Amino acid sequence: MSLSYAYYPGCSGLGTSLEYDTSTRALCRSLGIELVEIPDWNCCGSTPAHAVDHLLSACLVGRNLGIADDMAEERKLDGIITPCPSCLKNLKTTQHRLADPEFHRKVELVVGRTLKAELPIKSVLQVVVEDLGIQALAKLVKEPLKGLKVVPYYGCIMVRPPQIMQFDDPENPMALDNLLAELGAEVLPFPLKTDCCGASLGTTRKDVIAKLSGRVLDAAEEAGADAIVTACPLCQMNLDMRQSQINRANHSGHNMPVFYYSQLAGLAAGQGETSTMLDKLCVSPRPLLAALAGHTGEGA
Amino acid sequence: MPSSTKTFDSDFIAEVQRESEQDLALCYQCGNCTAGCPVSFAYDYPVNQIMRLVQAGKKQEALSSHAIWLCASCETCTTRCPNDIDVARIMDVLRHMARRENIVSEKAVSAFWKAFLESVEKHGRVFELGLMANYVGKTGKMFTDMDLAPMALRKGKLGLKAHDIKKLAEIRGIFDRYREQKQ
Ligand code: SF4
Ligand code: SF4
Repeated sequence: MSLSYAYYPGCSGLGTSLEYDTSTRALCRSLGIELVEIPDWNCCGSTPAHAVDHLLSACLVGRNLGIADDMAEERKLDGIITPCPSCLKNLKTTQHRLADPEFHRKVELVVGRTLKAELPIKSVLQVVVEDLGIQALAKLVKEPLKGLKVVPYYGCIMVRPPQIMQFDDPENPMALDNLLAELGAEVLPFPLKTDCCGASLGTTRKDVIAKLSGRVLDAAEEAGADAIVTACPLCQMNLDMRQSQINRANHSGHNMPVFYYSQLAGLAAGQGETSTMLDKLCVSPRPLLAALAGHTGEGA
Repeated sequence: MPSSTKTFDSDFIAEVQRESEQDLALCYQCGNCTAGCPVSFAYDYPVNQIMRLVQAGKKQEALSSHAIWLCASCETCTTRCPNDIDVARIMDVLRHMARRENIVSEKAVSAFWKAFLESVEKHGRVFELGLMANYVGKTGKMFTDMDLAPMALRKGKLGLKAHDIKKLAEIRGIFDRYREQKQ
């Protein structure tokens, strides 16, 4: 089975989550999933657009959906995929609302073109676990993540609201758990797996982030995890880059690496630093990985 | 008499219903939304009370609340409402209305969103460093993330260059036509 998707990287993939974008592309390549980047894609507007106006949000998303329509005329595509849950939610919400003919007409007027917007839209994670199947990962694994204790952190909107996202269970998703277990990691039960990290309030209300992301870090430590594994650029940034701020605010002393699942997949597949980009993480995973390698006697 | 001083503003209720496409009467105040809301601790009114304020036509109270700006759009309320009310969408609509009425109880949040969208209009994509500079300019506050800047720069996480899209005219056109539509 060969899968080919229109790929929407999202703006953070160009900066704060470069390692997510790079390791995602590498993972898809090694699984035989072809990614065709949507040419000249624009920002979907993220939370600010839908918080300011639903028409504006739909029109920013609409331009990208239109370009994907054009791509689908020229080649066979299995759908549109993105690694970022926030982009995903905007793409899917817009597609859902375009079913209303009056809204559809308005959006086309503002975007300045006709829109079909019929391609299925999914996260990269969903494609890997559902379309390809978790067994496909097994073939990839050369160096299983033996002894690595992780908690899977989905964040709030990967699976919510279920009417729109239509992926996994909205209260207790298992996609990431299963994927990480397949990579050989020890996946600990994590009751906070879909709790909110504070999302985009990081710049404006540090107190909210310190409380919500702080709670996730505390729970991960209590669970006995060596690391947190995310699938969302915003969650990762709040937990990793802001970990020192959170420690200061909460008088805590966390030093917990926060990986993207795609980085761990790359690690298990024996891919090098150019794909996994572990150096981009603010809390260094080096001591942890060295200790693991030493423990299993595979050399640091 | 301006609508904002009415104690029961039925136009307001109708407007929220129309814009959110939700039936407010379905809310029977079970409090499920609030029980799951992660930002309740920082709210002035918990989200079920926001729902009640809207049902009761209390426009001024609802639109001037801090809660509508602090909502993280996490969709927990929408997911757990036993009556399938899209509560998060109602929070969105209340923010839209508050902005239109020039009632902004959390100035920094609103300024950040504005700076974000200006970055999108200018470059087609978000240019994080430019966005931060614009946000600092708007709020006049020292940048509270200054402590993170050296780390972010060292890691190459704050690009010094904007990644402009090629067809910027298309984005400008979208913003222009959107503003015309809204007039
Ligand atoms: S969960 Fe739904 S019905 Fe219950 S209080 Fe909230 S909005 Fe009302
Ligand atoms: S969407 Fe907003 S109001 Fe609803 S639970 Fe999340 S933070 Fe609270």
